[in-house]
Amino acid sequence: MLRSVLGGAVLIALLIFSLGTALVVGLQGRGLGALNNADWSAIKFTLWQASLSASLSIAMAIPVARALARQSFPGRQALITLLGAPFILPVIVGVLGLLAVFGRAGWISAALDWAGFAKLSIYGAPGVILAHVFFNLPLVTRLLLQAWMAIPAERFRVAESLGTAPWAYFRLIEGPMLRSTVPGAFLLVFLLCLTSFVVALAVGGGPRGTTIELAIYQAFRLDFDLGKAASLALVQFLICGTVSLLAFLVPLPQTNGLGLDRVLQRLDGRRHRLWDGFWISIAAAFLVLPLGAVLFRGVRHLLELPPQILAASVTSLTIAIISTALCLAMALSLSLAFARRGALARSLAEATGILGLASSPLVVGTGLFVLIFPYAQPMAFALPITASVNAMMALPFALRVLMPAVQETYGDYLRLRMSLGMGRWIWAKRILGPRLRRPIGFSAGLAAALSMGDLGVIALFADPDLQTLPLMLYRLMGAYRMDQAAATAVVLVVQSLFLFWMFDRGGRRHAAFG
Amino acid sequence: MLHLDRLAVQQGGFSLKADFKIAVGDRVAVIGPSGGGKSSLLNAIAGFLAPRTGQVLWNGQPMPDHPGERPLSILFQDHNLFPHLMVLDNVAIGLRPDMRLSVSQKAQALAALDQVGLSDKATAYPRDLSGGQQGRAGLARVLLRQRPLLLLDEPFAALGPALKDEMLEITRQIVQQAGITTLMVTHDPQDAMSFAEYAILVADGLADAPAPIGPLFHEPPAALQAYLGRRAP
Repeated sequence: MLRSVLGGAVLIALLIFSLGTALVVGLQGRGLGALNNADWSAIKFTLWQASLSASLSIAMAIPVARALARQSFPGRQALITLLGAPFILPVIVGVLGLLAVFGRAGWISAALDWAGFAKLSIYGAPGVILAHVFFNLPLVTRLLLQAWMAIPAERFRVAESLGTAPWAYFRLIEGPMLRSTVPGAFLLVFLLCLTSFVVALAVGGGPRGTTIELAIYQAFRLDFDLGKAASLALVQFLICGTVSLLAFLVPLPQTNGLGLDRVLQRLDGRRHRLWDGFWISIAAAFLVLPLGAVLFRGVRHLLELPPQILAASVTSLTIAIISTALCLAMALSLSLAFARRGALARSLAEATGILGLASSPLVVGTGLFVLIFPYAQPMAFALPITASVNAMMALPFALRVLMPAVQETYGDYLRLRMSLGMGRWIWAKRILGPRLRRPIGFSAGLAAALSMGDLGVIALFADPDLQTLPLMLYRLMGAYRMDQAAATAVVLVVQSLFLFWMFDRGGRRHAAFG
Repeated sequence: MLHLDRLAVQQGGFSLKADFKIAVGDRVAVIGPSGGGKSSLLNAIAGFLAPRTGQVLWNGQPMPDHPGERPLSILFQDHNLFPHLMVLDNVAIGLRPDMRLSVSQKAQALAALDQVGLSDKATAYPRDLSGGQQGRAGLARVLLRQRPLLLLDEPFAALGPALKDEMLEITRQIVQQAGITTLMVTHDPQDAMSFAEYAILVADGLADAPAPIGPLFHEPPAALQAYLGRRAP
């Protein structure tokens, strides 16, 4: 009973937070008539960059995932783990790293300059797409790798024993697998690129590099035109809503990151060593070099950190911990309320998750601003708003981890519990609790790291006195104090990883093994 | 005495009818084709499945609604043990589901473990036990609960032939000694013969009354013959 009430309350709160804010935004805006040419080109650019980023990520992820699936080499497991890193890496740090390699003052430009060529410039469209591929290539690679691992080894042996040619391999086994995986992966990346804000903020801008999210931000912060921000937010909401409806039809790939540690038993690995080696090296370099560049530079300049770093760290940690607690409370309420209620209830909870994925932080932020503005100074609520929006953004991922674990525990042991006459409290404390410890720890780690690195609503609401680590990093970059920015990035990465590690490890220790 | 009084249960589109009695201390095999309703029968007796009509009586009294209050223990095919609890705790929850053991209760649990030959595994975890030892731990819990009725839902189906025979023999000794009335679902006519005195044929949504197992297998009625094929023991 209590469970259903809590779960229902969370569901309603989420609907108000996502759809309610969108409604407020829709009422506030001046409709689509308020949009000028620049706004329409922002809309076009948003759709174009999301399609291109998703296509490129998938086109590159296919050979990389296949190489990882059929080759075994020292460091393979480390590389797969590293592929999970961009997901919890603060976006602004990744952008800083990409600039260090591909930017005007980066390594490649330096080499080109030395050889007498023009320097690279990645501001605008190229930078946005490069960064989106940087963040999503690893994600898609892991999704595809999981799908590859799920193919029974026997099928490859049958193909091999029939003397199958490489093309037939693809047509018989890998093609069908990709056909069922790629559409979902494409939609997922498309959605992530639609709602990605920090990348556009840091390297986007200009007539051929402004996304809708960035346009909302600019209308808000630079033009102080709330009506136009609301109109743009409405467009953003409509696009994301449409894509989410599509995502409901095409199941998004499920990943829990488990079971990626074995190598597929395939006999055709040796034939493709060179080709696979090429792709693995490309992917590894693309991942490692930018991060290495920032961290290396940052560590050398750690002593030049501005004194405000301490206050910013404390603010970021506070937001992250509050947001983690909120996210866990919501995910647990939803899982416990709906995990046992049949397919319909579960897809309702799942839809809420997708809603969190599709809601743009800036749309929610704009809506809350509009709601609060008549009564109070919205800036004063920057911290609680940031914490709750972050919690909502992390919710889909926490649900993906927690819901199956709750379902499994009830499925396996509910009858035993009933036949033993085990009470509610002892079940929660001695059975459910220990068995959920690990997924709770993992999702808490995700939520904390995501919140720690977030630079969405906070950029919208923050007054100059308020500092979080990502905000401080962004402001340092804007002032071209790149050494200090890199040093801040080190602090931010260390704190994010530490939070993730601490929660995840807390879940693993004395965890239920099963 | 277990009495299924004009019992009918429904699960999805499937329904099962049963109307018979089983005397105290009898060992009864429940056999029949997959999907015929064997597990539904056990679930109805255990209280996981509420009857549509009729009732389940024990010694003339209707059984309580809640499965935990019924005078019975049940062993499933798997998931009988919580993987993160020690063997001792797994056994002791049969006595104290709230896991607050007194000294004498702990001694009782240890004695039950001793009886099934697991006295040295009290502090081990289920993952450290072999399949047969896990089965024994489940039996220790049955012993400890001292409920007069035992339901076995193919608990040893995953074991090898020799080990399965051994477990059936241990189970038979235990229930015989304690006078526990036992219903065992099984797929294997051989197992049914070696363990039970009576058999219930469950097919096409109908559970027959128990019949002495020897004669039943010797001259099987049509439905049983169809199920057994030429594999009659």
